[in-house]
Amino acid sequence: MATLKRTPLYDAHVRHGARLVEFGGWEMPIQYTGILDEHQAVRTAAGLFDISHMGEVFVSGPAAEEFLNGVLTNDLQKLVPGQGQYTLMCKEGGGVIDDLFAYCVGAVDFLLIINASRAEVDLAWLTARLLEFPRCGEVQITDACDRMSAVAVQGPKVAAFIDRIFPGPFEDPASLVAKPSDLKRNRLSVFSFGGTPVWFARTGYTGEDGFEIVAPNAVVGAIWDRCIEVGRAYGLKPCGLGARDTLRTEMCFPLYGHELTEDLTPIEAGLDVFVALYKPVFNGREVMLAQKRDGVRRRLAAFRMKDKGVPPVRPHYAVWAQGGDGTSLGETTSGTLSPSLGVGIGLAYLPVDFAEPGMEVSIEIRGRRYPAEVLKKPLYKKPA
Amino acid sequence: MSNVPADLRYAKSHEWVCVADGLATVGITDHAQHELTDVVFVELPAVGRKVRAGETCAVVESVKTASDIYSPVGGEVVAVNDGLPMNPALVNTAPFGEGWFFKVKLSSPADVDALLSADDYRAQIEG
Repeated sequence: MATLKRTPLYDAHVRHGARLVEFGGWEMPIQYTGILDEHQAVRTAAGLFDISHMGEVFVSGPAAEEFLNGVLTNDLQKLVPGQGQYTLMCKEGGGVIDDLFAYCVGAVDFLLIINASRAEVDLAWLTARLLEFPRCGEVQITDACDRMSAVAVQGPKVAAFIDRIFPGPFEDPASLVAKPSDLKRNRLSVFSFGGTPVWFARTGYTGEDGFEIVAPNAVVGAIWDRCIEVGRAYGLKPCGLGARDTLRTEMCFPLYGHELTEDLTPIEAGLDVFVALYKPVFNGREVMLAQKRDGVRRRLAAFRMKDKGVPPVRPHYAVWAQGGDGTSLGETTSGTLSPSLGVGIGLAYLPVDFAEPGMEVSIEIRGRRYPAEVLKKPLYKKPA
Repeated sequence: MSNVPADLRYAKSHEWVCVADGLATVGITDHAQHELTDVVFVELPAVGRKVRAGETCAVVESVKTASDIYSPVGGEVVAVNDGLPMNPALVNTAPFGEGWFFKVKLSSPADVDALLSADDYRAQIEG
């Protein structure tokens, strides 16, 4: 087995007593104090995640927008500097190569935040597509994965203390707003961390308010420590990938390798709003257009177990029509005991007739079937 | 540092056994609950079930993983901890007390002799 990569925060994880696991080729914390505890911290106060394993790719140049609009599903023309969007990169057949966040960071500069497990595939794909692109001389792809790190600070109390960690606007490139808490959802700006420019985006993967901070490797350790120091009084806890997974599953956010693969399209995944079919050209458009026109056979559905006290749902459990026999409807792609709801939840690709909210299905767990109900996404909604 | 009570016997698969009057009470160790992390589900054997030493007869699940629990001894399951499925966190908070799993009426007391002492078990988990 290849040696696992470690983020610049590895020593901090060990210091905080993290339990470390392999994820996407990286040695990452799965938890510190406990998944339930960390999950709760993010839902009610604040949590700090190391997301340095995620990749950063800059795409720049006069033809960068045109190039990216041909390989990504969403419409980059909607973005002005300081704005970002969730988007997908697909093969010609519509299968998903990766899901990512694309930020417009300058008039002709874009920053892509990609999945750790897909970084190599993504870069190879982008490079190959660029070679076919007529204006390839006007686009530059810069792989910043090895020199940039990132943390996510998530939770309802984050906005109350984040400005104390990053007091300074930056001159060049200039900050777009005076302080991080002035950023709107999906907006991004550079701020100064002790004189070093750091990218700040009001985004996340938890369903809570919060920020994702992309910084050079050399300063991410200091950012982490400062977040812990200032956030502690607000209930901030370091959080691992375990809580990240339960939080995103409650929100029904897809995870590459589970809900998204090269064999499934964004339309089947229910991500239609991130596919700008009106764009004349982009990889996978023809297949997705046909799927929109003719319908799909299967669609990603979210479900909740009817009963508490049944075994937790996990990925790859068979899903059945109630009372059905012969062939199962499909299998779960994600599943967990929802810490917020106290009941099993999950996601599964089901035939469209069964993927409708209100449909009743059964989940097979160790040879027994337990009833579940398909529900509208997200499964967790913040209490009013 | 895990707690390993000296008066119990242990299985390599991290169950503990407390024997009194031919009855073996079985649970999982402090080390095991710590490795599992937050226990959110426990499935116990049926009372009256005959088990062999080393046979799977319960399941414990944390948020992330499901693990089989083996009976370290053979015999008949004569009691289970009915309160545990409703309050699985007891496995974390009191692994040697209220977090016990089931009681087996020993069919062969020699099964107990094959189990690890506290010292041997400590050597296994710290080795």
